[in-house]
Amino acid sequence: MVRSRALGRVDGLGADAMNKILSYIKTFTLWELLKGLSVTQRNFFRKSITLEYPDEKTPQSPRFRGLHALRRYPNGEERCIACKLCEAVCPALAITIESNVSEDGTRRTSRYDIDLFKCIYCGFCEEACPVDAIVETRLHEYHMEAPGENIMTKDKLLAVGDKYDAMISADKAADAKYR
Amino acid sequence: MEFFANLVPAFVWDIWNSLPPFVQYLTIVTWKILFVTIGVILIVAFSTYFERKVIGSMQGRIGPNRVGPLGLGQPFADVIKLLIKEVIVPAKSNKFLFVIAPLLTLIPALATWAVIPLNDWYVIADINAGLLYVLALTSVGVYGVILAGWATNSKYAFLGAMRSAAQIVAYEIAMGFALVGILMAAGSLNLGDIVRAQGGGMSNWFLWPLLPMFLVYWIAGIAETNRAPFDVAEGESEIVAGFHVEYSGVAFALFFLAEYANMVLISTLTAIFFLGGWASPLEGLAFLEQYHDLPFIGWVFGGGFPWLFIKMCFFMYTFFWLRATFPRYRYDQIMRLGWKVFIPITIIWIAVEGVMAWFEVGPWAGLTG
Repeated sequence: MVRSRALGRVDGLGADAMNKILSYIKTFTLWELLKGLSVTQRNFFRKSITLEYPDEKTPQSPRFRGLHALRRYPNGEERCIACKLCEAVCPALAITIESNVSEDGTRRTSRYDIDLFKCIYCGFCEEACPVDAIVETRLHEYHMEAPGENIMTKDKLLAVGDKYDAMISADKAADAKYR
Repeated sequence: MEFFANLVPAFVWDIWNSLPPFVQYLTIVTWKILFVTIGVILIVAFSTYFERKVIGSMQGRIGPNRVGPLGLGQPFADVIKLLIKEVIVPAKSNKFLFVIAPLLTLIPALATWAVIPLNDWYVIADINAGLLYVLALTSVGVYGVILAGWATNSKYAFLGAMRSAAQIVAYEIAMGFALVGILMAAGSLNLGDIVRAQGGGMSNWFLWPLLPMFLVYWIAGIAETNRAPFDVAEGESEIVAGFHVEYSGVAFALFFLAEYANMVLISTLTAIFFLGGWASPLEGLAFLEQYHDLPFIGWVFGGGFPWLFIKMCFFMYTFFWLRATFPRYRYDQIMRLGWKVFIPITIIWIAVEGVMAWFEVGPWAGLTG
């Protein structure tokens, strides 16, 4: 503050001449340039904020919306009852559901596809689901290697749900009190 | 020679003495050239690494750290990558000039090292017109840039070449005038003598009486090497990559090498002209004089190549520092700075130097006495 005032503008009597002299001093001492250089030099000694991604990762919220999964009840029964609320609410029309009657007489999906290329990861399907069947997990490091792998079929969704069941349950429990 | 005499067995020494003098001379000079060239290329390689580290630190990043310990293998990875890539020669280019242009930029940058004294005795060619030779060769370097831009037969490359030509013409004059100031102060064109004229302590360095010349020379040097903030010849945001837009593989690597070799050269020259070259800043202190001949650390007090290297490193750092700080100059501002600011400043200061010489102050003290 003191430094900038030392070479700042002056008001009052004879100010014009004074300011002209000051601006000449600034020009010939390269004042503004030195100020800029001092900024970069100060940053040079500051700690870098780089996060080396594959080795270090940013913290994630339990609400993170990544890859989808279909969940089961603890007894192994599918949660999804083919109500098609997720299909209806999906703003990107990424979900396709067909249903029929299963052997035990309940209504079940015969087809549950999510097109990951269409999906915008908004999480509406998760919110719409009355039985917490479709969820978005915190997995975000996945890839596709062949055309067509972007369609998450029912089997693939259930497999994800089975594999990461503990993580999904923990995330749901952590978020439950805010819902 | 006495130094080697104790190291090698007597019969080797006999063979050496039986050789005709011109063969002896040729051998010595070849080794000197090899040492300097390899040294320059190594410094260039690691300065690319340090540039990325320094600029990274200034921008809150960490820079290369994946190849080898601390990322020190990065320069070699870059070189190998460029070597195994294909050199694509555009179909409608002038093929001969296209291929020869990178060499034309690199060769003057390396050839200038012939007259640069690394310490009191290590200089490849101790010629009396050293300053003139330096001025001539640094000017020749721009031909490579212009020819590259023209031979590519692309409008962006041509624009880059034209910008570079105009810029170098503008700054070469200011640079030359700044060197006239050096010439007046040192009274010699020999680079070794220029350094010796600054001997005897920090206060004798030309930096002080020639401060405006120093700034002009340094900034003109940055402009001459086409480095930020004067890198309009490349101007990646407006004319893609300027003169080397069509270059790839080894040809591009040569341009890259030439640019950094020029930076090292300008840094070394600035150190020699204004900061007393290999001279130690502690030289003039009488109570340290007894330490000048200490075996390994004598150079700290008595001067030697390490001091030149340290000064060179400082100026290299300043190159990176300026690049990290300032945005690119607008083209007309570059022209204004060169023609309307630097040239008047240098001319005025040559007159001031004349007055100083008349009254025998500063480096001219005791000139007539």
